[in-house]
Amino acid sequence: MLESKIQILVCGGTGCSSKASHSITETIKNEIKAQGLTDIAEVVLTGCFGLCEMGPIVRVIHDDTYYAKVRPEDAREIVEEHLVKGKKVQRLLFRDPKTKEIVAGSKGINRYKKQVRIALRNCGVINPESINEYIARNGYEALGKVLTEMDPQQTIDVIKKSGLRGRGGGGFPTGIKWELTAASKSDKKFVVCNADEGDPGAFMDRSILEGDPHSVIEAMAICGYCTGADSGLVYIRAEYPLAIERLKIAIKQAREYGLLGKNIFGTDFSFDIELRYGAGAFVCGEETALIHSMEGKRGEPTMKPPFPSVAGYLGKPTTVNNVETFANVPPIILKGHEWFSSIGTEKSKGTKVFALAGKINNVGLIEVPMGITLREVIFEIGGGIKGGKKFKAVQTGGPSGGCLTEKHLDIPIDYDNLIAAGSMMGSGGMIVMDEDDCMVDMAKFFLEFTVDESCGKCAPCRVGNKRLFELLEKITQGNGIKEDIDRLINLGNVIKDTSLCGLGQSSPNPVLSMINNFYHEYESHVVDKKCHAGVCKALMVYQIVPENCVGCTACARACPVGAITGERKEVHVIDTKLCIKCGACMERCKFNAVIVN
Amino acid sequence: MSRIKVELKKKDVETIRDICKSFENKPGELINVLHKVQHTFGYLPAEVQEVVAAELNVPLAKVYGVVTFYSFFSMVPKGKHPISICTGTACYVRGAENVLNEFKKELKIEVGETTADGKFSISCLRCVGACGLAPVVMVGDKTYGRVSPEMVKDIIKEYEDQ
Repeated sequence: MLESKIQILVCGGTGCSSKASHSITETIKNEIKAQGLTDIAEVVLTGCFGLCEMGPIVRVIHDDTYYAKVRPEDAREIVEEHLVKGKKVQRLLFRDPKTKEIVAGSKGINRYKKQVRIALRNCGVINPESINEYIARNGYEALGKVLTEMDPQQTIDVIKKSGLRGRGGGGFPTGIKWELTAASKSDKKFVVCNADEGDPGAFMDRSILEGDPHSVIEAMAICGYCTGADSGLVYIRAEYPLAIERLKIAIKQAREYGLLGKNIFGTDFSFDIELRYGAGAFVCGEETALIHSMEGKRGEPTMKPPFPSVAGYLGKPTTVNNVETFANVPPIILKGHEWFSSIGTEKSKGTKVFALAGKINNVGLIEVPMGITLREVIFEIGGGIKGGKKFKAVQTGGPSGGCLTEKHLDIPIDYDNLIAAGSMMGSGGMIVMDEDDCMVDMAKFFLEFTVDESCGKCAPCRVGNKRLFELLEKITQGNGIKEDIDRLINLGNVIKDTSLCGLGQSSPNPVLSMINNFYHEYESHVVDKKCHAGVCKALMVYQIVPENCVGCTACARACPVGAITGERKEVHVIDTKLCIKCGACMERCKFNAVIVN
Repeated sequence: MSRIKVELKKKDVETIRDICKSFENKPGELINVLHKVQHTFGYLPAEVQEVVAAELNVPLAKVYGVVTFYSFFSMVPKGKHPISICTGTACYVRGAENVLNEFKKELKIEVGETTADGKFSISCLRCVGACGLAPVVMVGDKTYGRVSPEMVKDIIKEYEDQ
């Protein structure tokens, strides 16, 4: 990185990219040229800053200024005022989403305060399309150290002692996984990076690949050295074009620099990486399914054992790790296992990246030390609930996880505590829900997803989840009976106990944890036929408040089914049997006379 | 699924064969081949699958099995302006379903269908990773953020004359 130049960083993460951050970069570049500033200033498109709600973000490095919600037409003002005249553009300065006050520098940004960035160390800092900037931040130093100073077993021991566990969801100790593959004898072995981020509402891996692709390449090579593999494969979603593009550029650069290919760092070690594209199947996040998919087959999971570390891709020993897990490896090698294991809780070391989304003020990507509480994440880093509404629950672990409520807010987040609380870490999606979200409807949403994504191989998951979904649909339509709740619980447990793979074993988690935490809500759906969140349409009743109704007939004229009757200047009445609950009357009424119960 | 008869021109068959050859006709490259073929033709009708099966020397049933397993592959042509509504969790809690319903109502088609004039098709996708902009809609490669049902008409209008 050229420190002498003033650097203007533009966030090129997916959120900001879809809000024209590319054309912002272009216009700033042109403006710098037009003002004759090319010698003193440059603009760089980086990975995600993690401030997605306020995007697109532009950061001027030398005086640590953050601009939010920048549009291409603002580029000129930023260059003219800030760079030429040295005056910050007040109206664009990043404001705290809660207090609306201008924030001075990264230290002032509340959501950065509690964060520890290891996996995201370079995201939003370097230009992801430049290998030199990665190298300038100690990039490929860990690979060099391992190849020239350490043998494979020493390296594996460092990873083992660091306590690093798989960040894809399962939390299996990474060092042990590597050791198992290393111990398997074979003429050919593989390293696979699982970048098939299928959990809806999670975008951690995508951001790492887009913001710092070299860290994953470096770690895969280290893993290859440790396990005796000379081929690496990245299994990446075809839906992530930007990540694919950046990864391709990074692999090409690494080859040119001799950091991939034959005799790396002048040693006997050779390693190269290829890409394999996923085609949209959630189940392919499961490692055996992923391997079948890479072989060109349907992504159906198979029994373990044999584990991939014994017989994986093409029947050869294969180490499968997730993107975030790999991104943690180089800093552990460089800074030592003592440093890494000093962060976190007893059994979960280091940090975890979460994608914070849903009804929260600061949507975005965060990296926090294990052991932080949900309260700190949601209310301090996340800035609390949108629109000042009441917090209801947070879903962790996506469609395989469960919901956590008010009473769980103060437990330290780590793998084991989340499981004990009835949820799981998962890959790091964190969806916050407020009082307007119905827990029956949410469970139905997650099951619809699982039904869609079940590979169909085994009956409990294929048939059972469909039945769970139908039961929930029956309840949301107002036809549920009390026994249905017990049926959901019983069937859910059977599916958990009898499914083959992780998808089936965890698919009933959302509904079971929601019943567990919000039993009263399920009860009021089936007994009182009421949805207090006002989500389940079939349970809503539209009524006219006689005191407010002036008899203007607007509602009656708006009603598509003629369910509203009443003479002019007299109180109108809705026939609930005819009403289709479209809400047209409520929209039309100017006197707040139509209400929903 | 409605069956659309497609007659492949000799040139098309050659194109598919060339794609297979670029992957050395390896059965293990089936998914990569299908990605490339779909990219070229826009979709994967049965006739195309037959050629791929013959070239890679795998049973047609296996090719069909793979095509129908993965949501990225489609056996029906998409509209000129494919509309994808994100129904990931973050978008869902911020009202993606209402947006989806509005598109269905405006275009009078269901998810997975294409309008009679071939202009629009609707599909759902799970998370584009832009949760800060939820609910998100994509038309072709363009992303629309914070979409409300009221915006749907205007979005469609942008493409109607194209």
